[in-house]
Amino acid sequence: MVKQVSVFLENKPGRLEHALKVLADGGVNIVALTIAETSGFGLLRMLVDQPTKAAQALNSAGITSSETPVTAVEIKDTPGSLLAAVKGFKERNLNIEYLYTFTERHTEDCIVVIFRFENCETAERVLWKEGYKLLSHEQITGKKQDDA
Amino acid sequence: MFQKEYETMPRRELRSLQLERLRWSVRNAYDNVESYRRHYDQAGFHPDQLKKLDDIRRVPFLTKEMMRENYPFGLFARPMEDVVRLHSSSGTTGNATVVGYTARDIEVFAEVVARCLAAYGGTKKDVLQVAYGYGLFTGGLGLHYGAEKLGAATIPIGGGNTDRQLMLIQDFGTTMLACTPSYALNIADHIAVKRPDFKLRDTNLRVGILGAEPWSEEMRLEIEERLGIEAYDIYGLSEVIGPGVSAECEKKSGLHIFEDHFYAEIIDPETGEVLPEGEKGEIVYTSLTKEACPVIRYRSRDISRLYHDDCVCGRTHVKMEKVSGRTDDMLIVRGVNVFPSQIESVLMEYEGTEPHYQIVLDRRGAMDDIEIQVEVTPAIFSDELKNLQGMASGLEERIKSTLGVSAEITLVEPRTIERSLGKAKRVIDRRQ
Repeated sequence: MVKQVSVFLENKPGRLEHALKVLADGGVNIVALTIAETSGFGLLRMLVDQPTKAAQALNSAGITSSETPVTAVEIKDTPGSLLAAVKGFKERNLNIEYLYTFTERHTEDCIVVIFRFENCETAERVLWKEGYKLLSHEQITGKKQDDA
Repeated sequence: MFQKEYETMPRRELRSLQLERLRWSVRNAYDNVESYRRHYDQAGFHPDQLKKLDDIRRVPFLTKEMMRENYPFGLFARPMEDVVRLHSSSGTTGNATVVGYTARDIEVFAEVVARCLAAYGGTKKDVLQVAYGYGLFTGGLGLHYGAEKLGAATIPIGGGNTDRQLMLIQDFGTTMLACTPSYALNIADHIAVKRPDFKLRDTNLRVGILGAEPWSEEMRLEIEERLGIEAYDIYGLSEVIGPGVSAECEKKSGLHIFEDHFYAEIIDPETGEVLPEGEKGEIVYTSLTKEACPVIRYRSRDISRLYHDDCVCGRTHVKMEKVSGRTDDMLIVRGVNVFPSQIESVLMEYEGTEPHYQIVLDRRGAMDDIEIQVEVTPAIFSDELKNLQGMASGLEERIKSTLGVSAEITLVEPRTIERSLGKAKRVIDRRQ
């Protein structure tokens, strides 16, 4: 399980910049990021090196954020690998809320996919049993989690 | 109780006192104010027609327009040498209205405010921080004189500067805080965001004296919970005297109008007919003792209802329900009457939604559109789009079923809606 920082942003110019500036000023490094949008607002989801520090900086700037547990999984960088993983979830009736990926290779032949499951713990147990490698905060960001 | 003999006066006695004072007050207006005299003569009314209290229905109304036309001193019943203070409305909706007070009027003003404070459990042992604006607005000085009349230690800090407010609450041992309900929430926000270390519950603060804008029961619960205080409503309007026209007692169910000084009626705002007790309509006030600026059947534009309920506090004075809106705040949207306070109630009822919202009215083609902007606080935030969208559509449904019109909910970032230290601007109407 990895902590993801999620931020509420209005869908208008300058809002993303504002949030990023708060993080930059706080010395927080972002290692992965995705934005989901609706017509009125968006959600910025990130993996950062110091999630606790990020949450504090955002909170004191009056920006609404939360920490969400997500699952970081190593997937082979070959055709059909993601398909195989997703197929396994369907068979066990595990619902994926959303996912995003690192496109750069994490190891020689693997990339990292971040999953948000309805039920994080069950999903991780299943993945582990099937031999998937789950990554920790430290393995992804190269830093110890700042609240541990 | 601050003036028990008046506040618990048996109804019959009270009514005869009211009649006697009403006749004096109408005479005061007729004999000393040319505008009143002309207005009454034209309508065929004469003060001698007042034989019983109900005859007040024959008296023509005083409207806000008439007050404005007489700017600044046209409705004064005393020469300036007898006037010791002048207050004025902000005049945001047109010209300002000016009210003058004689020394005796100021005395009555202080007494009724002291009655309010005593009704909230205040005594001369209290330390009262006045965070209403001082100046032409009657809130600051009104509370100030009332608190001194009660004998409480009065802190004239005025509005704004929240860090300083907190410092004085802590250092001076403030027990009662007088401010607008939106400023009370502003303080709670300020503590949550900027001063999480500040423990309001560890201070002596126990009572909030909140007024000068309409607020809902849900807002009361939130203020009480977040600030750890008992929040009481104080009501008044500068034309009638200022704060202190009515106040809640420990029951927190309706506000007792101090009827030995102010006579209240409820009318249908369309027809001007007096409505039977218990019905909702516009409140009309008549001052019974004011010397410098008598108001006779003043149409307040405030919407409420009046009733008697043998209150356990022992006061015999009529109760008014918390003001639920204003006839001039009333929004007519696609032919439906909508009060911003109704929208506020819906938002507050909905789990976790804080009342930081703004209503924006616009016209799309021939149709009126209502947009309600609601701030997304950490308490209602979700990492999933479907939850946030579900909350918005849930609120939309609730508003549709409560108000009978549909509105669009827009989720906005915290603190993007302007906070004012005085009255919150809840409605932006772009239809004109």
